[in-house]
Amino acid sequence: MDALSALQITIGILVQLIPVWVAMAIIFSLSLYYRQRLGLYGHLFDSRVGTIGLVLVLFWVLTAIFADLIITHDPLGQISGMKNKGVGFPVRGVEGAYYFLGGDNLARDIFSRVVMGSRSVLTIAPAATMFAFMVGITLGLPAGYRSGTLDTVLSFLSNLVLAFPVILLFFLLVTPEIRSTGVPIYLAAVLFLFPIILFVVLFQSRFYTQPVKRNIYVLIVLVLGFWAYSGLAFNMDPLGVFYMEPNLLNIFVAVVFVNSPTVFRIVRGLTLDIKTRDYVAAAETRGEGPWYIMLWEILPNARGPLIVDFCLRIGYITILLGTLGFFGLGVSPESPDWGMTINEGRKLLSIYPHLAIPPALALMSLVLGLNLLADGLREQSLKD
Amino acid sequence: MWIFIVKRTGLMTLTALCLTFLVFFLTNLQPNLEKLAKTQGNMRMSDTQVEQWLEDRGYNQPLLVRYGEWLGVAQGFVFTKESGKTVGRCVKPGADTIPNYCGVLQADMGWSSVFKDNVSSIVSKRLGLTGWLMLFVMLVMVPMALIIGVLAGMKEGSRTDRSLSTFAIITTATPEYVSGVIFVVIFASSAVGLRWFKGSSASAMDEITIANFSLPVMTMAFYGMGYIARMTRASMAEVMTAQYIRTARLKGVSFYNIVLKHALRNALIAPFTVIMLQIPWLLTGVVIVETLFNYKGFGWLLVQAASNNDIDLLLACSMVAVFVVLITQLISDIGYVFLNPRIRIN
Repeated sequence: MDALSALQITIGILVQLIPVWVAMAIIFSLSLYYRQRLGLYGHLFDSRVGTIGLVLVLFWVLTAIFADLIITHDPLGQISGMKNKGVGFPVRGVEGAYYFLGGDNLARDIFSRVVMGSRSVLTIAPAATMFAFMVGITLGLPAGYRSGTLDTVLSFLSNLVLAFPVILLFFLLVTPEIRSTGVPIYLAAVLFLFPIILFVVLFQSRFYTQPVKRNIYVLIVLVLGFWAYSGLAFNMDPLGVFYMEPNLLNIFVAVVFVNSPTVFRIVRGLTLDIKTRDYVAAAETRGEGPWYIMLWEILPNARGPLIVDFCLRIGYITILLGTLGFFGLGVSPESPDWGMTINEGRKLLSIYPHLAIPPALALMSLVLGLNLLADGLREQSLKD
Repeated sequence: MWIFIVKRTGLMTLTALCLTFLVFFLTNLQPNLEKLAKTQGNMRMSDTQVEQWLEDRGYNQPLLVRYGEWLGVAQGFVFTKESGKTVGRCVKPGADTIPNYCGVLQADMGWSSVFKDNVSSIVSKRLGLTGWLMLFVMLVMVPMALIIGVLAGMKEGSRTDRSLSTFAIITTATPEYVSGVIFVVIFASSAVGLRWFKGSSASAMDEITIANFSLPVMTMAFYGMGYIARMTRASMAEVMTAQYIRTARLKGVSFYNIVLKHALRNALIAPFTVIMLQIPWLLTGVVIVETLFNYKGFGWLLVQAASNNDIDLLLACSMVAVFVVLITQLISDIGYVFLNPRIRIN
């Protein structure tokens, strides 16, 4: 069998991605049909930049969801005779099977690896961003609203982390040795507490006049929260549902730790600005408690810039995860992580360029999509 | 002004102390020390031998005492073995007398266990090499970013603005390890591509040429450029809507005179801060680019120090990195005041 031509490869990949196209068509037609009722998301389609960004992000999200249907070979499976073979090379001994984007150094299918790699990126990056935001919000709101000593101490600590070169912190925090000392677990124990605190305070401040409702909500948060907490931070989930590999936990905690101070600074700045508004003064006059004002008056009004930063931060964390993979500190040595694939491919770059280019372009297009999406959202939220 | 600088210097010292202590703590965790003992002594040492090795060299003292030794405020650890040989922090091969204090305050950064040399001489040599890289990156990145930003911002919403802004977004979405790989394939690959430049910059350590230095400089400048360009654009667009620009326009001043003589100076205040604050961010880029192009500068040194847990070297590297961050912050604050007469610090 001959190798496929460029056109055949393109068609082959497009056909393989059919689930993505179908899902994207459904999502887009529904969104366009109901766009008037969808608020900021509906307005996004007015901006060309935002639409392109949404298409790119949606493409990768859907690829990650349907990855099992899209891949042509096992991303970890090695087929003899396919080592470093070029694009569109036929699989030896199997009729009609091809490596669309060639084989890597260990004779694995690059196309399937890139598709599968989107999964790990698109679960870790948004989750880490969520945690960083919850930590940043829980600390930034009181720092901005109350000012004083609390603000001075927290600002000093956040500047301390921000003055630390990210790459150095990663080299120190993400090592096999540090895992045996338990430092990542202690960090996780502190950082994973913030979401629980945030949600408890959220419901407490909202429903403290209705004790029954409040008790139910707070109880649910505490049960679910500590169940997940015990599993994620200490790997002691009694039911075994929540679990994080030590290596993944280490990376996750390091990424959250690096990003929360920036979110803290943004939230603090927004709070300082918003607390001078009239509706905050009105709430204070009504006798609302400080946490109610922070979480139910200030936070909703800060959502525009926060959503924009959320998109940008997912992109930034994607880059960070890639950097970690590039230095061999990735999730696990076997996993089809984009950064690690780039790192493996770069060693043979001048002879076999096809090894590193697909994951590099994949990572770039995802981050570009997120940045464009953030730009479109910023543009549209400023119009309101 | 002077009070401001003194206050800032105090805060900087405190930050530097906290951060170096943090690095000290993380590099001196027990597993790291055991690894150090095994790499320095003997791979097949038993646990008791490891313990003895650490004990003899003063690694079992309290953390704060050892941090004090490193700083140069506590006396260096000295131990005389049964064979009469003295070992300790301040013992240098070839030196006759052993000083009591040997720390940062005595301008002694310690001894690298990997390179078997004085840390200060290694770091200064590698920093010099990275200095050249940074110089060329700045020479390429800053003018290009400012030109793109000013051109995009002077007519907001125009076709030029949109295409330049998209370009800026693309560059911010392309981290060094992506653009580096793509540039190598395009410009240096022996299989396909143009073969203009070399894929390795190892020879640039002796002599910098266009062929061996273009790719690392391009790669770093590409990622850093977008952010500065976007900030310049935002600042320029804001200035162009100001009252005095409208007045100048109504007076009949030509558009290019307005841009060059009236708008530009005010529009460049914000990018100055951004450029200064961007310098520490370039460190990650330096590490990636130097690894990718095999240029043995400061970033490469950092990787070597971290992967071998070379404690003194790693501490020195982090001290340099932290000081770069703090000093650029200080310069950006002071420069901001000088550039912008509307701000006064009391």
